[in-house]
Amino acid sequence: MALLEVKNLGISFGGLRAVNAFDITIEKGQLYGLIGPNGAGKTTIFNLLTGVYQPDEGAVILDGVNITGKKTIDICKAGIARTFQNIRLFGDMPVLDNVKVGLHNHHSYSTLEGILRLPRYYKVEKEMNEKAMELLKVFGLEEFAEYKAENLPYGQQRKLEIARAMATAPKLLLLDEPAAGMNPNETKELMDTIQFVRDHFDMTILLIEHDMKLVSGICEKLTVLNFGEILAQGVTQEVLNNPEVITAYLGS
Amino acid sequence: MKKLSKTTKNNLITYGMVILAYIIVQLLVSTGHVSSLVQGLLVPFCTYVIVAVALNLTVGILGELSLGHAGFMCVGAFSSAVFSLAFKEALPSGLRFFLALLIGAAAAALIGFLVGIPVLRLKGDYLAIVTLAFGEIIKNIINALYLGVDSNGLHFTMKDALSLNMEEDGMVLIKGAQGVTGTPNDSNFTIGVILILVTLFIVLNFINSRTGRAVMSIRDNRIAAESVGINVTKYKLIAFTVSASLAGVAGVLYAHNLSTLNALPKNFGYNMSIMILVFVVLGGIGNIRGSIIAAVLLTLLPEVLRGLSDYRMLIYSIVLIAMMIFNWSPNAIFFRKRLGQRFVGSKRAKKEA
Repeated sequence: MALLEVKNLGISFGGLRAVNAFDITIEKGQLYGLIGPNGAGKTTIFNLLTGVYQPDEGAVILDGVNITGKKTIDICKAGIARTFQNIRLFGDMPVLDNVKVGLHNHHSYSTLEGILRLPRYYKVEKEMNEKAMELLKVFGLEEFAEYKAENLPYGQQRKLEIARAMATAPKLLLLDEPAAGMNPNETKELMDTIQFVRDHFDMTILLIEHDMKLVSGICEKLTVLNFGEILAQGVTQEVLNNPEVITAYLGS
Repeated sequence: MKKLSKTTKNNLITYGMVILAYIIVQLLVSTGHVSSLVQGLLVPFCTYVIVAVALNLTVGILGELSLGHAGFMCVGAFSSAVFSLAFKEALPSGLRFFLALLIGAAAAALIGFLVGIPVLRLKGDYLAIVTLAFGEIIKNIINALYLGVDSNGLHFTMKDALSLNMEEDGMVLIKGAQGVTGTPNDSNFTIGVILILVTLFIVLNFINSRTGRAVMSIRDNRIAAESVGINVTKYKLIAFTVSASLAGVAGVLYAHNLSTLNALPKNFGYNMSIMILVFVVLGGIGNIRGSIIAAVLLTLLPEVLRGLSDYRMLIYSIVLIAMMIFNWSPNAIFFRKRLGQRFVGSKRAKKEA
């Protein structure tokens, strides 16, 4: 059974049909790409999948559970984590704490236990610190643990956002233009990181990207979106050679 | 070997600073170096410090501007004063004050919670103005309230003392605009400092806990916080309620230092709320230690300048402007850093960079 099954998803903003009849099936462990020209509705789909918007119609099924129309925090608990096109970190907090916020729902003690510093506080905090440091190490950020997140270099901020998303122990990871604003070297490093995350955590990843090198380099399957509708769907190389896709990107 | 983390060290410095200040003041008082005027200000100092720390939890940690904290202080003050007055004979003073504290904190927390439910749906300026309105409503209601107790229980009215319709043995606790008279004088400087330490303990531990991180993540980026599963409404309400309840504690301390307690614009109006906000902003938003220092300095300043009579408030305002610029203007920050480097040496500056 597929990990994510989306059927006939659609939403309108006023008179604008932003997404129409969107279907996608992602198998467990797949690295899936969602591409399309600007304004095609890619981020809107992410927002629909994570409950930022409520779909007008259609169904989202994650690992056999229907999560259509649920709230963002419930969808996070159900197992979808995401990053954002414009980086959204907790800028004033240390890098380590950014990841610890991601661990929030998995390592728990009450507010009162925290204020009174009861034994459970020390126990859980220790677990959280170890877990968070482990994640930072995976992304090569451990030396920055005490830095304020906003003081990290751009590439590291992107990585931290992925680390924070991974801290919520998701089944499906959504990456919204992870390579935006990166130079070729950083993009190469990011590709390695994404592949590493998939292999190391056995993660399923859906990513939006404009960088064709990255897309053709790591994505196994692709869906191309144009004006809110699916233009092409299938194995990466076939899709990229599809004349319609080339027209949509380059014009006729 | 266990190395103290940076935050733990910072927190210990804050506690130490308060204790040191307490010892110095006690020494000065016992050697007679403190005028009776300033001695009378010692408990208000503690009140302002507590309420400034409490407000910093809302402004600095939750990241929302509240202009209603004098209102929560007012709730804490009146609920505890009424309790202490009603049980003036029945309970020993220590136990009575302890219970009064709990009641004041709980009452303020309850009102904070109720006010928080609608208010926290708003953001920024709108939230500030609505909290201001709620603060004024609380003050004005208490100002018009008559409350009495007799063998049949509690009576209250907004008209006058006679319409309470009490039995012969009844006692009027709140007399409308005349407020509460005869509250036992249970607080003193030592108790005030202990309460400051307790407040610091609560606030600092709150900040450095799972809950505090959740609150700060909402402050830094609400959408991202939601995306990692933080319940935004819940944590905003928790922070606001804790903050209101600590403002209530400050109110309890305030009430038990006065024999007559009125809900005047001067002590519980928006002037007061804004003054508390000035403490917080001047001391540094999110900087708990700064709030303490700012609260003490700015309460002391008008008294020190008393000799200048008419020019007092003028100089106070000028000092305020100068301090704000020194603390917050980017050029001034740069200048301070350079100055600091020259004094401390380049080694530490390198570490900070």
